[in-house]
Parts: sequence; C-alpha cells; structure tokens
Amino acid sequence: MSDPRDADTDADALGVRAAVAAAHRAHWAGVLAATVRITRDLDTAEECVQDAYTQALRTWASSGIPDHPHAWLRTVAGNRARDLLRRESVWRRAMPLLVEEATATAPDPQDMDEPPAVADDTLRLIFTCCHPALSREARVALTLRLVCGLSTAEVARAFLVQESTMAARITRAKKKIAAARIPYRVPTAADLPERVSAVCDVVHLVFTTGSNAPVGEALIREDLVASAVGLARTLHRLLPVAEPAGLLALLLLIDARRATRTTEAGHPVLLEDQDRSWWDREMIAEGIDLLTQALRSGPPTRYAVQAAIAAVHAEALTFEATDWMEIVSLYDVLLRLWPSPVVELNRAVAVGMRDGPQAGLDALDRLAAEPALATYRYLSAARADFLRRLGAWPEAVTAYEEALLLTDNESERAFLTMRLAEVRRSRDA
Amino acid sequence: MAKYMLLIYGDEQRWENLSAQESAEIDAGHVAFQKRAGDRILASGQLEASSTATTLRAGDADSPAVTDGPFLETKEVLGGFYLLEAADLDEAVALSRELAEVRHQHSGVEIKPLVQHG
Repeated sequence: MSDPRDADTDADALGVRAAVAAAHRAHWAGVLAATVRITRDLDTAEECVQDAYTQALRTWASSGIPDHPHAWLRTVAGNRARDLLRRESVWRRAMPLLVEEATATAPDPQDMDEPPAVADDTLRLIFTCCHPALSREARVALTLRLVCGLSTAEVARAFLVQESTMAARITRAKKKIAAARIPYRVPTAADLPERVSAVCDVVHLVFTTGSNAPVGEALIREDLVASAVGLARTLHRLLPVAEPAGLLALLLLIDARRATRTTEAGHPVLLEDQDRSWWDREMIAEGIDLLTQALRSGPPTRYAVQAAIAAVHAEALTFEATDWMEIVSLYDVLLRLWPSPVVELNRAVAVGMRDGPQAGLDALDRLAAEPALATYRYLSAARADFLRRLGAWPEAVTAYEEALLLTDNESERAFLTMRLAEVRRSRDA
Repeated sequence: MAKYMLLIYGDEQRWENLSAQESAEIDAGHVAFQKRAGDRILASGQLEASSTATTLRAGDADSPAVTDGPFLETKEVLGGFYLLEAADLDEAVALSRELAEVRHQHSGVEIKPLVQHG
C-alpha cells in the first residue's frame, strides 16, 4: 500500500514539471532575449537560461511555483550571467560581443517585469535571428533554436538533417552574428518594413515546411506548425502592423483545416473530400477578424491576399459552393504583388475549377515551359487530376506516373499510387 | 566600432566599356559614399586592370614563383575597395547602398569584417 503523502509529492512533482514546461513554451524567448543583453553573447546566454530552467525544476519543487515564473527565470538567468561575467572577464575580452544601441543598458532586476522592455528584448532576438545577412536556412534554424527554444536535435529532425550538421549550421550563424557585428536591436523605422518582411518570410517557411513536409513519412509536422503559429502570434502582438496580422490570419485559416487534411493513417485528403464540419470554426473566425484588421490598416500584403483566398475556402459550406470566380480574381491580385510560378500554378488550378477541366489543362499547359515548374511535383499532380476529371485515362496514367517520380513525401506517394491504380483500371476497362 | 573591408567586384569587360551615363552614376555614387562616410573611411583605392596584376605562389623549388596575372582567373574581378569603420553591419550596409555598383547587374559589393584583435 502506498503512503498517500507520496502520491501528493508525485502530484506536486508532476505539477512542477508541467509548470516548467509551460514556462519553457511561454517564456523561453523573453528570458533568453533579456539574458543576451547582459552577456552580449548568444552561447553564454543560452547556457545561463538552460541552467535557470534546470534550477526551476529543483527550486519550484521545494519552495513552490513562483507567482511570476517569467520574472523568476529572468532573475536567475541574469544572476548566473553576471556570475559568469565576473569569472570570465579576462577570457571574454578576446571575443567579439554583440552590438547594442549606445543607449541600451542591462535592465535592473526591479523593472524586469515591465512589459515594454520584455517586448523589445524579444523583438531584438527575433530580428537578429532573421537578419537578411544570414542565409535563409540559418535564419530558420536560429529562430527555431533561440526564439522557439527547440533543441538542436529537434531542429535537425524538423529538417531531416543530421544533428551534427544542424549544430554546425547554428554555430556558423552565431559566429557570423558576432564577427560581422549583426546588431542586437530592433531596426530603425526606415528599415522596419523590409526587416519585418524578412521575419514573416522565416515564419511562413517554418509553417509551410510543417504543413506540407517535402520529404519523410508524415504530411504535417505538428511541431513546426505550432512553432510557426506561436511565432506569428508573438510577432503580431509585438508589432501591430499589417504584414504580421495578414500572416497570422493566413496560418490560422489554413491550420483550421488541419484535422481534416489527412486520414487517420496520415494520407492527404483533398480539399473537396474534407469533412468541413471538423474545421476549427473558432480559428477561422479569429483568422477572418485578423484579415479584416490587416486589410483595414493599409494596402494588401502578400499574406493578406493569401489569407483572403483561404477565407473564401473556409467560408464555403461545401466544396461545390466555393466561389472560384472570387478565388481566381484574388490570385490575379496576388500575382501582381508577388509574381511566382507557384502562384501561376494555383491560379491555373482555380481557373480549371471555375471553367472546367479542359480550361484548367490549357492554363497548366501554358505553364509547362516554365523552368521553375518543370520538375515541380504539384504541376504533374494537377495535370493528372484534370485529365482524370476529363476521363482521358491513358494521359492521366502518364501524368500520375510523372508526379510519382517527383515526390519524396511518403503520404503523397501513397495517395498518387492509389489514384494511378484507379485511372489504370478505368483505362483497361 | 568595427572595421569592414568593402570589396567592389564586377565584370572587368563591362567596366572597360562603360557608357557615359554608367560612368557618371559610378562617380556620383563614390562622391555620395565619401561624403556620407567621411572620416569613417580609413583607406580606399581603385585598382588597375587584372592584366597588370602579378601573383606570387609556391613554386617547384623553395623560392615562390612570380607569375603574370591575378590569383584567380575570373570574369568578375576586384575593382576597388574601402576600408571602413562602422558601428555594426547595418551601418556598413546602409553606407554601401550609396555605391552605384550595387545597382548595376554585373557588379556588387562584398562586406567583410576584419578580425578584431583583443
């Protein structure tokens, strides 16, 4: 028989672990960002913050979970950083330190809870990780590691590379930040729009990698999707301008369909076959609200137009009720704002939905000469689908075979294989 | 403050056959850059054509071999440089935007930080 007091202790230990995990999700970036201002070196700051979370596990178990975990973690990480600085001052003189604004001073422990300071610190960290002088790969890796608090192993898994490769990529990026003196600060008003776009691009890339995994077994990588939505929320909260609002709207409107985008076995389900009663109506409402805000606050951004397209889908009660006329005209707007072969492809598919499969095929054929699309997996898949709808079986077989050659995602392969078998049966019947 | 080397690269053939307009743009860019950077420019220079370069590298014997031509035979060559002092990379980038070479298709500016010795 177990002692009831042990059960209490177990429950407490579980509670503490849960509280530390929650604090990790909610406050990692803010605590790290504040600590970097003390150490002016990313590696040392990471170490101090890691230590603070480890200490939280022990201390919170004995003296209880603090009322303000964020302030507690900042103080502990900050003290640890100051200790280290005192001990290692000689060694540190030899290394390049992060550049800050001349006026910036390390925050006093007393005003550590002041929201504007917290917001600024977190923004500094985000803008540094997404600096245009870093490669896009490096920006994504640094953002996931330093802002979202994913471990190097988790970031490596997300992009299906070896942990040692990812560790080297992160180390190289940190070294460039220090050596080239990429400043640790929120950009000036003149540079802000461009730099906000660079951050949005990273967040969007994390999301698309997560929601349409190019390789691997699963189509949706929920860890990446959650990181991207979390980042977009932070960005929108800290920077109330149009672009992050449009981006968050887009992510929510797409993510609202997550539950219906794959079967239980993880195979993709086409938009027309998704059970719309499972779409997350709360997320859709929030997305449409944000979209309205974004469109009201200035000229439409690329993300707002994409969100508007997602909203048309979200608002259609059935696939048949989709307003394809509206979708084609939104793609026309998007092409002017953000010309890209992939947008052309999506527009061609929408034209096919509006005017029939033959019109869709004609629109796609005009794109086939585009070098960027020649080996794009979705072009062959879209052609195959229109050919299937037309009942052009032999051509559809060839198109599905081609699409299969171009994708490495296991669940997409399974779907295409199933369709290929269907059209082969129809051809041979 | 940190030191950066601004290395101006471009297609040598294009530089040798500049139109009057391109030439004027480049000159105006350097004037604007020098005016804005002022005494943050520690050194600068325009380089003669690659055909005037001489390269020394390890030869067969112990003494280095002296050869005619640049270290790397490439279409794009180093045409000039500024040694610049700046607070951070953003400042170095902002100043470099003044140079017309960053707007011409065949040329560009590479910003390389100098190692800071304690």
